[in-house]
Order: sequence, then C-alpha cells, then structure tokens
Amino acid sequence: MFSLIKHRNLALTAAMLLISPTILAETPEERGLAIAIEGDKRDQGYVDSTANMKMVLRNRAGKESIRNVRIKSLEVTGDGDKSLSVFDEPADVKGTTSLTWSHSNKPDEQWLYLPALKRVKRISSKNKSGPFMGSEFAFEDIGSQEVDKYTYKYLRDEDFESAKTFVIERYPTDKNSGYTKQIAWIEQDRHIALKLEFYDRKGSLLKTLISSNYKQYLDKFWRPSILEMTNHQSGKSTTLEFSDYQFQTGLKDSDFSKNALKKQK
Amino acid sequence: MLDNYMRWLVKLRWAAILITFIVVGLLGSGGRFLSFTNDYEVFFGDGNPQLAAFKNLQEVYTKNDNALIMLSPADGKVFTQETLQAITDLTEAAWLTPYATRVDSLSNFQYTYAEEDDLTVEDLINDPASLSTDELARLKDIALAQPLLINRLLSPAADVTGININFELPAENADTVPFEIMEHVDEILAKIESDYPNISTAKTGVVPMNKAFPEASFKDMQTLIPAAFAVILLGFMLLTRSFWGTFGAVLVMLMSIMAAMGTAGWMGIVLTPPSVSAPTLILTLAVADCVHFLVTFFQQMRAGKEKDHAIQESIRLNFSPIFLTSVTTAIGFLSMNFSDSPPFHDLGTITAIGVFYAFILSIFFLPALMAVLPVKVPKARNEKSGLMNRLANFSIRYYKALLVGVGVLIVALIAMIPRNELNDEFVKYFDDSLEFRRDTDLIGEKLTGMYFVDYSLDAKIESGINTPEYLKQLESFEYWLETQPEVIHVNALTETFRRLNKNLHGDDTSFYKIPEDKELAAQYLLLYEMSLPAGLDLNNQINIDKSATRLTATLKNLSTKQTLAFEQRVQEWMASNTPSLETAGSSPTIMFSHISKRNITSMLSGTTIALVLISLILMVSLRSFKYGLLSLIPNLVPAGMAFGIWALFNGQVGLSVSVVVAMTLGIVVDDTIHFLSKYLRARREQGLNTEEAIRYAFTTVGEALLITTIILTAGFMILAQSTFSLNADMGLMTAITICIALFIDFFFLPPLLMWMDKRQRKSTISTPSNPGGRLATA
Repeated sequence: MFSLIKHRNLALTAAMLLISPTILAETPEERGLAIAIEGDKRDQGYVDSTANMKMVLRNRAGKESIRNVRIKSLEVTGDGDKSLSVFDEPADVKGTTSLTWSHSNKPDEQWLYLPALKRVKRISSKNKSGPFMGSEFAFEDIGSQEVDKYTYKYLRDEDFESAKTFVIERYPTDKNSGYTKQIAWIEQDRHIALKLEFYDRKGSLLKTLISSNYKQYLDKFWRPSILEMTNHQSGKSTTLEFSDYQFQTGLKDSDFSKNALKKQK
Repeated sequence: MLDNYMRWLVKLRWAAILITFIVVGLLGSGGRFLSFTNDYEVFFGDGNPQLAAFKNLQEVYTKNDNALIMLSPADGKVFTQETLQAITDLTEAAWLTPYATRVDSLSNFQYTYAEEDDLTVEDLINDPASLSTDELARLKDIALAQPLLINRLLSPAADVTGININFELPAENADTVPFEIMEHVDEILAKIESDYPNISTAKTGVVPMNKAFPEASFKDMQTLIPAAFAVILLGFMLLTRSFWGTFGAVLVMLMSIMAAMGTAGWMGIVLTPPSVSAPTLILTLAVADCVHFLVTFFQQMRAGKEKDHAIQESIRLNFSPIFLTSVTTAIGFLSMNFSDSPPFHDLGTITAIGVFYAFILSIFFLPALMAVLPVKVPKARNEKSGLMNRLANFSIRYYKALLVGVGVLIVALIAMIPRNELNDEFVKYFDDSLEFRRDTDLIGEKLTGMYFVDYSLDAKIESGINTPEYLKQLESFEYWLETQPEVIHVNALTETFRRLNKNLHGDDTSFYKIPEDKELAAQYLLLYEMSLPAGLDLNNQINIDKSATRLTATLKNLSTKQTLAFEQRVQEWMASNTPSLETAGSSPTIMFSHISKRNITSMLSGTTIALVLISLILMVSLRSFKYGLLSLIPNLVPAGMAFGIWALFNGQVGLSVSVVVAMTLGIVVDDTIHFLSKYLRARREQGLNTEEAIRYAFTTVGEALLITTIILTAGFMILAQSTFSLNADMGLMTAITICIALFIDFFFLPPLLMWMDKRQRKSTISTPSNPGGRLATA
C-alpha cells in the first residue's frame, strides 16, 4: 500500500524478465507495460511493512485538519497485497480499522471494523473512487497499485526536476474507477514515480500527486516520505507524511484476516 | 476666444472633419476590448458583506455554480423503463460537461440499505431496461420515501425529475465558460429529446442565468438601439425638416456612441446588461445638443445670414447652454459611481463620457460638417407659439389655483413614496422572452425552487458535528425549517445520519434517528464516506475538520420583503432555540435582498453631491442665489412625484430604480436652466415684469422644451421595452420623471415665480450689471 508502481504478477514478470524492456519493446503500449513491470519487479520481496501516516487536509481557504493512521502491509505472491489501516485520530474514530485485500484481476475487497458498533462491515466493492477520510486521496489512489489494474502507454522521456524520467500514461481497467487516465513521471534510475496526474471522466486534469523524500529501506526498497495531492478543481489539497517505516516485521497472513480486524489496538 | 475659435473652425472645416474621424476612429477602436460579463456576482461590489459571506461559505464547502435540468415525461410517469433510461443516459452524459464536478440525479442517488450485516451503498437505478413493473413500483416507493430527493430531484407526484450538475468554474475565460458549458448541456438535451420524443426538458441554475446576462444584453443591443435610432431619426426629421441636418445629427450620435463605447473598451470596462443601455442613453441625450445647434443655425439662415456667419452665430449662442446642460447631465450620471453595484458605475461613467463627446462633436464637428454640406434652409414652420402663449396665459391667470392644486398633487404623490417596496428578485430581472426565465418559472412550478439559503452551522470544535448535542440542534433547526411556508426543501446532514443509523441496525425503522453517541456517528460517517463513489462525496456538506456542516433551504419564489422577513424569523428562532448554532443565512437570494437598500444608502451621498454641484452651477449661471435655490424645487420634485406615481401603479422598487434620482437630476435640470435663464434675461435685459417675462420664457423655449421632452421620453420609453427589467424599470421611471419635470416647469414654476414676485412686489428687482447674459442664452 501507498507506493505507486508495484504489484505482483509473476507470470507476466517472468515473461518480461528475459527482455530488456527499454530496448526491445516495440509499441508504446508494450514499452509502457514493460516500465510498469520493471517497477513492480524491483519492489518484490519486501515481505511486509509497517509505517505511520499523518494526513494533513487543507481546504481552499488554507484551513488544515489532521488525521493519523497506522498502516501494515503484507506482500502476497500471485495476487494483490493485503493491508490494514488503524485510525488513531480524530479521537472519535480511534480504533476504527480497515482491511483491504487487493486483487490483480478482480475488484479489491474491503472491510471496516467500527469499534463503537463492535461490528465488521464490508464496503461495497463498486465504490472505490470516493475520498479517503475526506481527503483528496481516493481509495483507489492509495490502494496497492497492481500492474493489471491498468493498461499502459509510453509517451516520452523527460527531465523532471533534474531527474531523467519516463512519462507513461495508464488507463484504469476497472469501470468504476473515478479516472479515465493517469500520467506518471517515473524516474529511470530507481523506477519510482515522482509525479502522477489524474484525469477525471471528462478527461480534465483533476489532481496532481507529487511524491518526494524517497528513502531506501533494506538497501532495496524505495518509499516516499511525503505525498502531496492537489485537487485542481476544488482547490483543496492533502499531504501524507510517512514515518517509522519498518520492513519484514514478521506479520502473518492471519494478521490480515477479518477476525484480526477487531483485535487491533 | 470663442470668436477666434469660430473663425478657425469655419476656415479649417475639412481639417476639423478629418481630425474628428481620426480621433473617433482611435477612441472607437477600443471597442475591440469590450466583453460581456456573465456572472451575477458583478452586481455586488468588492466590499459587499453578503457577497463576502457567500464566497467564504463556498471556500469552506464547494461552489454553488450549477445547472439544473428537469425532465418531464409526456405520460407524467418518471418510473418507466424509458424515463429511467433517459435519466441514466443524461446522468452519464452530464458527467462529461466541461468543468462539471458533481452530478446528482435519481439514477445515481446513493441508496443505502442493510444487506445481512453489511451496509450497501449503490446507485438507486441500475440497468433500467431490465426492470419489471413490480421493480419499477418498488423503486418509486423507495424514491418517494427519500427526503433528499423529494422536491429537489423528484416531484411528490413522481411526474417530473431533475438532474443537478455542479461546476467549478475556472477564473480565466470567464466570459466564454458559461457558453462552453451550456453548449454541451444543450447538445446532450437535444440528444435526449430526440432519443426520447416523449420527454421534454427545461433548465435553470446559476450557469444558465449567467449565460442569460449576455443574452439579454445582446437582445437589447439588437433591438433597442436600432429602435431608438429609428424613433429619434423620425422625430428629428419632423422637427428640423432638413435632410442634411438630420444626417449631421445622426453622425454626431453615432460617433458619440462609438467613441464612448470605445473609451469604455480602452478603460477595460466589462459590459453588463445595465451598462449595455449606455448607447441608448447617449443617443437620446446627444439629440438635445444637435437640436439646439441646428435650430439656431436654421433660424439665422432664415433671417438672411449667409451660411458661415449663421454657423458662427449658432456656436456663439449655443456654446454656453450646451456646455452647461452637458456638464449637469454628466454630473448626474457620474454620481452613479456612488452606487453599491458596479454595473451602475460603468453605466454612469460611459454615459457621462458619451455626453461629453456629444458636446464636443456638436460644437466642433457638426458646425464644420454643416459648413461643407449643401444645406438648404428648411421652410419656416407654422408658428405654434399660439399654444405656448395659451399655456403661459393659463399658468399666469390661474397661478393661485395652480400653486395650490399642483402643490397638493406634489405633496400627495410624495407622500406615496413610502408605499414603494424594495424588491430584487433576480429571476424576474429577465422577462419571459428569454428561455431562462420561462424554464425557471416552469421548474419552480413543477419541481423545485431556484432560490435557496445556505447556513454554515458551526459546532466550533474539531469533529464537533458528530456530537449528539450538535446533531440534535441541527435536527431541530431542520425540522423547524420544514414547517415554514416559504421552504420547499431542506438538505441537512442529519438526514444522512438518521438513515445510516437505521441501515446499520438492519434497516430497523425505530433507529431512524440521530446516533446517540459521538463515536458511533463519526464511525458511521467514515464508513459511509468510504463507500461513496467519486464526485458524490460529502465535501459539499461537511468542512474538512468536521467542525461545521452546510444546511441548504430551498425556497419558493419570494420577494425581497418576504426573504428578509423569512431570514429575520430564522434568526429569531435560532436565538431562542439553537443559540450556539446562530449564523446568518447566505446565498444570492440574500445578497440581492440587501442590494437595493445598500444601493439607496450609497446613492444618497452621490445624489447629494450631484445636487450641490448642480445647484452651484445653476446659481453661477443664473447669477442668482435666490433663483439657484428656487431651482431645487423643479429639479427635485419631479423624481419625488415619479416615485409617488410608481408607488400607485407598480410599487416595486429595485436596484436600478434606486439610481434614477441622481440620473434624472442631470437631465431635468436642463429644462430649469432653459426656462429660468430666459425668464431672468427678459427681466434683466428687457426690464419686463414677471408676467411678461414668463410669457417670454414660454414663447422662446417652451416649444424646444416640449420637443426635447418628447424625444427624451421616446428614447427612455424604448429603454423601457428592454428584456432586462432593471433597464426597463429605469427607462420607464426616467421617462415619467422627465414628463413630470416639464409639467412642473410649465405649471408650477411660473405660478411660483408669480407668487414670489407678489410677495416681493415692494422691493424692486435689481438689474444685473452684465446685460450680455451670454451664459443664459438658448
């Protein structure tokens, strides 16, 4: 969760491993896909991770509001990752926990545990495009970015803030997505997304996401410390600040079950 | 100096004409910078508190710019496969409208219900073609039970339905955006009407209204200006009986308008429906200048003077009066800059500039043109001074009766003024020749209102909206509002909470009430927000730190008085029932409800300054403090009486009528200047007594006053035909004022002079030391 180009699809990845993506890819579509797969490949093997996320919501007038969430992610081989988010702030939703099983070729599944009701509620799978906790991030923006959730098209090479990037377009395959396309600026060296533009269903630029302060963990995995999402239409913005990243903490599949939801503290 | 000027002008006639064309061409070329506004907010100045409050509210939540489409199936049934399919199609297409951020319809209404232990949130209408009769009936029952839909997107009889599109309008290209949006909306509506011949559509909302402003402006420009030209041309021909004279006057009017509008362009003025009436005003006001010059010119030629000499003589005699009347008229119009509403600043400024140009052109260009044209002297007209003589005799003979009778009439009419009621219903600014007005009325009658008031109800602490205390207050306000006769619909967050509470208790209706603890409410909201699709979130109702919510009350078409009464009742109720939520309502309806009052207050100082300046000018030009003071009566009384007549026949005073006093002051003062200057000249230069001097004034300027009044009245009556009621009311009101001014000058001013004279009979009238009296010549 919360990294932009990663996913697991071993079959595809295995096939593409034998081909150097930037040289042999023929069509822009093939090249775009190859870039996505390369990014995915480089993130494989993180096993699990935990982090703290602070959300800062800002309205047009500049007023701010803060939410705090703890996140746990589990790498799943052969399908989308699983993740668990525990809300710490605001106080009235403290202990509320969401569990997501992302999938590469079917809609993600999601549950929410409401401590006040002491119940786990399944969230309707169609509506994944609404704002996450009132922020400018839709659930689909912060969910696990599986390769198969999009089709791709390589556009060009471009310098972005002195970094060499690939610029690729990607198109959501889920018809319930809130977007018609996204344009990503992916740094060529590390294969990490620096910028992502979201286009709404009428094809207008809706939001821009800037990912910055990337840090490397376990000498391999790059994670951004700051995600800044600006909504160009509403004038609102949301900043996500990540801290205390831990990898390979020994989380198990059972920690990401519906039963585990209620036990989070 | 004037003599030198006249000689040079006649000598260098061709150069004068050429210079005029070049300068007017340069000024007029500024016309390319002119654009039309299409934003109702232009009616409110930067410092307007109601606008600031409304803008602030939109910053916190979302913008209110919308388009509301109503679908009316011919069979009066919304819940048929066909109509539901049309709604679904239109909803899909509406999302693609430029700048659309949200689309709400029956089909994408987020229907929530319990399914086993889960909360299902989904579109109310899915795949209409597959729905059986039973399912259609069930959907109808569900929809009719949704308070958020009824009287907003669905009529209680389920015979018409609405689709509301919200927009985030960009700051740039503001003049073309509403057209771009409405072009797309019209396109998709045309497609719906051709795909579903049994369904008719209508549309209203802020964006259609904004588009209606330039439409009204264009319509006025296309019809009123040519009509005013035609009437004035005809009047001019009849009056002067000179082809070339009329030709010259038309050139002066055209060039005054071109130069004034061009100057407006250079100044960066953006046209609004009120300022679009400037050309009609300039046209009408320029007539008088031309009349004065040409009439004297013809008189001189008829008297046997050769042409160049006649031209010089006409300039000599007319320079001062045309200058004076132009200055006073310009002062009147410039005082509109005191208005609280910027479009009237522009109208006043452009018209004042036009009046100035008309003055320059009629003493510079017109004489030069007459000098080069083969002007023939029109035949002398039958002397009609008989009529003026009879009027003079009447006014003199019955002066006591007139003094009392007209005096009583004046007092009686002025006493009527308080019966006028301030009213600015912005929908009614447009007459029903515009589709916007017809559609808005139709939608108002069948589905929902165009007027609304927003309340941002603040819990004052972060996450405070989830507390039972806040929700209870919000709910009691919601329920109270619903019982008010003005209210059609209330949209409050409490409804969402009640529904979720019920849904999360297995749809048990006994839980259809606000959640009883804060955590529960907060977690319901979190769950619900995470279940909503893109664009249908709650950001339009909840602020980011969840400390306040927006409640929207949709209102019937209310007059300003009713709106203010409603708002006051709301404030009183809040003060005694929900004091912690107390907040002023905010919306365009509220903004327009205050605008006339604010405007009248602001115009008061503008009118006073104009009055003082004009009175000073009169005192100087009449060389008399006494007569300058006396002139206040014929200058001010007409507007007062006009408002009295308005109270009797209309009684609704809006934004534009509130600028009429200042505006007409500059025009009616011209009549007073002409009449009094002639009167004083007769007394001072010719030593005539009061009666004879009155007779002299009648016979020398009476007819000219009558004719200019007729032309001005015709011009303003054409403005009264505007599709835009602000212009129409202003035109009618001005026409009434001008006619009354003439009436007062003929039947009240002379008796007043008689009466004053009788009182001062003993003291001799001092003869002024300058018998030239050039200033007071017309």
